[in-house]
Amino acid sequence: MKYIKTLNKNKLTDNITVKGCGECQTSCQSACKTSCTVGNQKCEK
Amino acid sequence: MVHVFNVKDLYFALDTNTGLVHALDKIVYDLLSGEKFKDENKYKQLYGTYGEDAVKEAVSEIQYLIDNKMLYTEDTEYENKIQPAIKAMCLNMTHDCNLRCEYCFASQGTYKGEKAFLSFETGKKAFDFLVKNSGNRRNLEVDFFGGEPLMNFETIKKLVDYGRSLEEEYKKHFRFTITTNGLLLDEEKADYINENMDNVVLSLDGRKETNDRMRKTPKGTGSYDLIIDNYRKFVGKRGSRDYFVRGTFTSNNLNFSEDVKHLRDSGFDKISLEPVVAKPEEPYAFKEEHVDALIKEYEKLAEYYIESNMDKDKSFQFFHFNINLDGGPCIYKRSVGCGAGTEYLAVTPSGDLYPCHQFVGDEGFIIGNVDEGITGRHIVEKFKNVSVHDKPACKACWAKFFCSGGCHANAYNFNKDFSIPYEVGCLLEKKRVELSIYIKAKMASLNRFGGMCGTSIGREKWDGA
Repeated sequence: MKYIKTLNKNKLTDNITVKGCGECQTSCQSACKTSCTVGNQKCEK
Repeated sequence: MVHVFNVKDLYFALDTNTGLVHALDKIVYDLLSGEKFKDENKYKQLYGTYGEDAVKEAVSEIQYLIDNKMLYTEDTEYENKIQPAIKAMCLNMTHDCNLRCEYCFASQGTYKGEKAFLSFETGKKAFDFLVKNSGNRRNLEVDFFGGEPLMNFETIKKLVDYGRSLEEEYKKHFRFTITTNGLLLDEEKADYINENMDNVVLSLDGRKETNDRMRKTPKGTGSYDLIIDNYRKFVGKRGSRDYFVRGTFTSNNLNFSEDVKHLRDSGFDKISLEPVVAKPEEPYAFKEEHVDALIKEYEKLAEYYIESNMDKDKSFQFFHFNINLDGGPCIYKRSVGCGAGTEYLAVTPSGDLYPCHQFVGDEGFIIGNVDEGITGRHIVEKFKNVSVHDKPACKACWAKFFCSGGCHANAYNFNKDFSIPYEVGCLLEKKRVELSIYIKAKMASLNRFGGMCGTSIGREKWDGA
């Protein structure tokens, strides 16, 4: 494509049947304690 | 749902349901704005600017994304697959503090109650409760919190040993965090923490005048000079392990990017600075009238962040500008949010369990205790039905999978309703997401072209973004 570049390779909706293990960090435990930000965390799977 | 936006010279479209972020040439941005691409009579108007061939080619690229389910995608139906289990705990090691910070949500450490320390026995019961209620989760998190947890340091050491003693038998792995104001962070404690804590949150608000306006000793004097060297020494020995210097900004320092700069110039490279959460009547609280200034300040901070991070000697992380576009949490996690009350609990020195540290002291939110476990199921139920699919405002919001619905305590404090998010927080979060995407794209572009970034993006320019 000439005018559009997609920045990520994976969709949130890909392979959802094998996701949801719940091992990821609790968002509030990271650095904030007063907000909820999950977009910057990593998947533990 | 698609969110089309631009920051400075870069243009983007975010497809909410898939999380795909598309960097756009201005021609595509113009076609998506107002959905002109759908109507030939509308997109014809762009022929004068871009030429007919280019407009038609751009329209066909948009259509390609739609046909391949990369843009304007439908909501995906799914049931939450994450099995309920408690996996994280905030241990309030003290309901006491050696500082008297004016904005403290914990009423200067006591949470509206008596001063108290969490005993080893109570902590041990909390660990037992956590292990037994964690189902098949291997990674468990414990945050030593307060008040000021270093006032109860010997108990922390015993509890860390106790936690480690449970790991093999129960096939668990504990990740420990401590959140401290740094006043008691001497060399011995620093060495212990560096060895045993996976993450450390060091409270400091930035410049001396900013910090000392709010973070005061019991005598009313500023705390900056008592703390800064402790932090420098600590971080000097921390190596590559996680920590954050974490501060709060208020309506008193709307120019908070200067505080971030100060923290970076002081040698810290992992920084989190967060807007205060306070009742509207507090003089330092944010009101809607502050939002424009805060957004401009985040934009200013983004430019500083890019500039600093182009130089490896000056690079740093700003917590809210971190974004994980490919390896981030799955859609289930992004839907259910922080897990307060369902997978995350706070424990007080008396052994009471609360949905999270922000609710401690409000007795209507006690959901049990370390002896009897969860007894307030009716309260837990309230926290189960607050996913982004349950809240009308979140359902309709493009950013819902980045904040996962925001902080329940903020929603409750401002609206007395878990289903109505804290609006000022939402406005700021949306701006931070836009800027995080911009930063990622801009830096990829700058890295590739040695400092040159044009306004038009040929596809080759984004390889490696």
